[in-house]
Amino acid sequence: MKLTLWTYEGPPHIGAMRVATALTDVHYVLHAPQGDTYADLLFTMIERNGRRPPVTYTTFQARDLGGDTAQLFQDAVSGAYERFQPGAMLVGASCTAELIQDDPAGLSAALALPVPVVPLELPAYQKKENWGAAETLYRLVRSLVTPRPRAAGDATASVRRPLCNILGPTALGFRHRDDVTEIARLLGQIGVDIHVVAPLGASAADLSRLGEADFNVVLYPEVAGPAAQWLKKSCGQPMTSVVPIGIGATREFIAEVARLAGIEPPAHLIGAPSRAAWYSRSVDSTYLTGKRVFIFGDATHAIAAARVARDELGFTVVGLGTYSRESAREVRAAASQYGLEALITDDYLEVEAAAAALHPELILGTQMERHIAKRLGVPCAVISAPVHVQDFPARYSPQMGFEGANVIFDSWVHPLMMGLEEHLLAMFRDDFEFHDKAASSHLGHTSAPVVAAATAPAAAPVEAIRQASPATVPADATAADGVRWDPDAEKELLKIPFFVRGKARRNTERFALQKGVNTISVGTIYDAKAHFGR
Amino acid sequence: MSAMPDRGCTEQATAVKLVRSARGQREVFCGLTGIVWLHRKIQDAFFLVVGSRTCAHLIQSAAGVMIFAEPRFGTAIIDERDLAGLADVNDELDRVVEQLLSRRPEIKLLFLVGSCPSEVIKLDLGRAAARLSRSFEPRVRIRHYSGSGIETTFTQGEDACLASLVPTLVTSERRQLLIAGSLPDIVEDQFRRLFAAMGLDAVAFLPARRANEFPEIGPGTDVLLAQPFLADTGRALTERGCRLLTAPFPFGAEGTTAWLKAGASAFGIGEAAFDDATRDARSRAEASVARYAPELSGKRVFFFPDSQLEVPLARFLSRELGMGLAEVGTPFLHRSHLAAELEMLPADTVVVEGQDVEAQLDRCRAEKPDLTVCGLGLANPLEAEGLTTKWSIELVFSPVHGYEQAGDLAELFARPFVRRLRLAV
Ligand code: SF4
Ligand code: SF4
Repeated sequence: MKLTLWTYEGPPHIGAMRVATALTDVHYVLHAPQGDTYADLLFTMIERNGRRPPVTYTTFQARDLGGDTAQLFQDAVSGAYERFQPGAMLVGASCTAELIQDDPAGLSAALALPVPVVPLELPAYQKKENWGAAETLYRLVRSLVTPRPRAAGDATASVRRPLCNILGPTALGFRHRDDVTEIARLLGQIGVDIHVVAPLGASAADLSRLGEADFNVVLYPEVAGPAAQWLKKSCGQPMTSVVPIGIGATREFIAEVARLAGIEPPAHLIGAPSRAAWYSRSVDSTYLTGKRVFIFGDATHAIAAARVARDELGFTVVGLGTYSRESAREVRAAASQYGLEALITDDYLEVEAAAAALHPELILGTQMERHIAKRLGVPCAVISAPVHVQDFPARYSPQMGFEGANVIFDSWVHPLMMGLEEHLLAMFRDDFEFHDKAASSHLGHTSAPVVAAATAPAAAPVEAIRQASPATVPADATAADGVRWDPDAEKELLKIPFFVRGKARRNTERFALQKGVNTISVGTIYDAKAHFGR
Repeated sequence: MSAMPDRGCTEQATAVKLVRSARGQREVFCGLTGIVWLHRKIQDAFFLVVGSRTCAHLIQSAAGVMIFAEPRFGTAIIDERDLAGLADVNDELDRVVEQLLSRRPEIKLLFLVGSCPSEVIKLDLGRAAARLSRSFEPRVRIRHYSGSGIETTFTQGEDACLASLVPTLVTSERRQLLIAGSLPDIVEDQFRRLFAAMGLDAVAFLPARRANEFPEIGPGTDVLLAQPFLADTGRALTERGCRLLTAPFPFGAEGTTAWLKAGASAFGIGEAAFDDATRDARSRAEASVARYAPELSGKRVFFFPDSQLEVPLARFLSRELGMGLAEVGTPFLHRSHLAAELEMLPADTVVVEGQDVEAQLDRCRAEKPDLTVCGLGLANPLEAEGLTTKWSIELVFSPVHGYEQAGDLAELFARPFVRRLRLAV
């Protein structure tokens, strides 16, 4: 038993729903009590789907438990088949139905429906959402695709362009819709045609044709990994390993795809004009150098973000972690490249404590970290699920490919102070317009001073009705235990521009503690500055 | 139960209205959802769900996710070790409670909230609460109730919570009016002022804002229910010797007047004193409701079942705003608590108790109502089909009771139309 306040991932059947909802004609019958229907609103509200998720819940009640919940389940399956006429069905149990052991697989098989019915075993007391999505896609692929070992040099391959599937995008995925558009276009430019995109937008019939492609592009390994492995083994389809997030990775992706397709990568693509690269080299970006970033998310996005942060923006990665224990190994390996110990946890309080201790200047995370960042008064950008309504923007905003790199540049840099602006603030800091409480004009609420950061986010209407309780995170500006500031040092501190003052104070106190200095003098400030100087 | 044939609709003409009962698939929250507003109301209480990751995800999704640094609710997630008997579930629960209470010393009242999984594995939270009380009373009081989806629908979670408190309240013979059902503080204060103006100061509220402010009750207590979903709470209060007053519920000017009057009459307050105390607020309410009548009158509204507020709200919309009622769905109809409300509905109103969601969607599409009141899972899909909708959850989360909120309540229903009119896209 574990005490949980907020969770990064839902139960595994939510993952199954993300797959079912992404598909066009697959219906999911979930043996579950009525309250579990809350899951529909994730799709209809957060993603603003205009279609109900294709899910029938049996909604058994206590009075049914003594009787025949199995019959109830069978009726729900045949009723859903009659009404929705799906191309294939998924059947399974949620946490409660798992305990009553009604055997959805056997019960639905007994109905002998004229469409494939794929039973899902998603252990709700062990596994979580991403695992559920991956398992669901894998089960569907296994049931619908006929294995076809590929002879080397498939006869048709020579007379047409190379053909690939794109695997992994689901409903409720972070920017999946736009990533697919971006990567499909890129593949076209490389000279590869797209056979099936799955699950997003695919039908059951499309899934059954997956084996005909030459290889698979795995966009989201968390979801598509097991299915792609099976296709590799059973249909001889190789798969991509590079996730094209960032300029460097996109170039590697192009090279990998070209190799799998057996074609020359177009030279103009490899040297592709990405505005992000130039923006990053332009002088205004100098101020980005060495900004401390804390990164947390699903494994794929966290690892990719760390690379982009260091290599393409010149940041310093001070923390890297993931909530997906399944991918702990990969994230640990990545973290070691930055000289870091990876943070593997699904407890947001631990993430908050780690972030607070590392004094980052930018947090890249999920919507959970957005709230942590608000409380810490640190700028933040979202890089990974779990996401909320504002992470489904109306405009085109992929994370992948060259356009994705541009989007990333904008969305990570905008929360920060502009370079020239930082410079001007320093010059004019004594003018009356410039004081600690005046935020720079392009910044929204994220630049509010720490004290103000406890106000409620008002993005979702339901939330706006309520108000936040006071933040429990202590403001960082009070002196650390046992260290005093002498009055001259206090005055000197006030001469430091306000947007770096907090850091100067913390660094000085940290330095004083390390050196056993009890009273901070003006000298201590400069000793600390020299010590931490970068 | 429940083979195919007895799902669907059965009709039954009550004394006044046609009430159908529907059985089938439901699209409603479970009782855990009540924690979202209850924990705000009782400011030193913590709600610990003993359940699964699904339960944790439900509350988080209903709450709109992470508004509070550390919320006063959480889930003790049962895992495979507990189920396989590798860990003793009761010991595990004790450990989690200890961990929680040592981290949160400000908590004075802890609710262990049962879920479907805890009920199916027959985890006895009553015994757990008694056991833990021995270690933590008097610092923390520990109570339990079930918010499970197999037992409770949405607002029934609040009913179960309040009903669990009633037997623990101290007995008092004192003559007083008790208002049961959680209301926003601002609304409570308005009601308190109105009764005080009539000369009635002995007014108590259940739940109270803090654990040590819970009312004493007994034979001198007359109860006004502020919410229509308090079946068990009402019964528990009667068992303690309290007298339940029956009245329409305080929605809209008319409902609020009738509700206040039921309280006033029980305490012998005369017409004149009542009118003097309520006149101003009442005419303010009538005027602010009337502002929305042009938008709403003559339009037809269809309610999907959600909070049990549907019948009183339908009465308000039909009588004070002139709306037509296409169908009034409600998850559960408490016939005696709602007797006065049913009386006031137009004679041909169709009230449907329970749900068979696909059939109901078919009826709704066929009806093409001007406004559909439904849950968040259905609202956008119905909008995409061209229907105008109002999310029902907002009716539970916003202050809508009493005179001063009557205009806001009308506005909630008018807003979707106003928006449609404004938009040119
Ligand atoms: S319906 Fe049951 S299992 Fe589902 S969230 Fe509610 S209490 Fe938990
Ligand atoms: S503020 Fe609201 S909308 Fe924004 S991420 Fe948080 S919960 Fe979601």
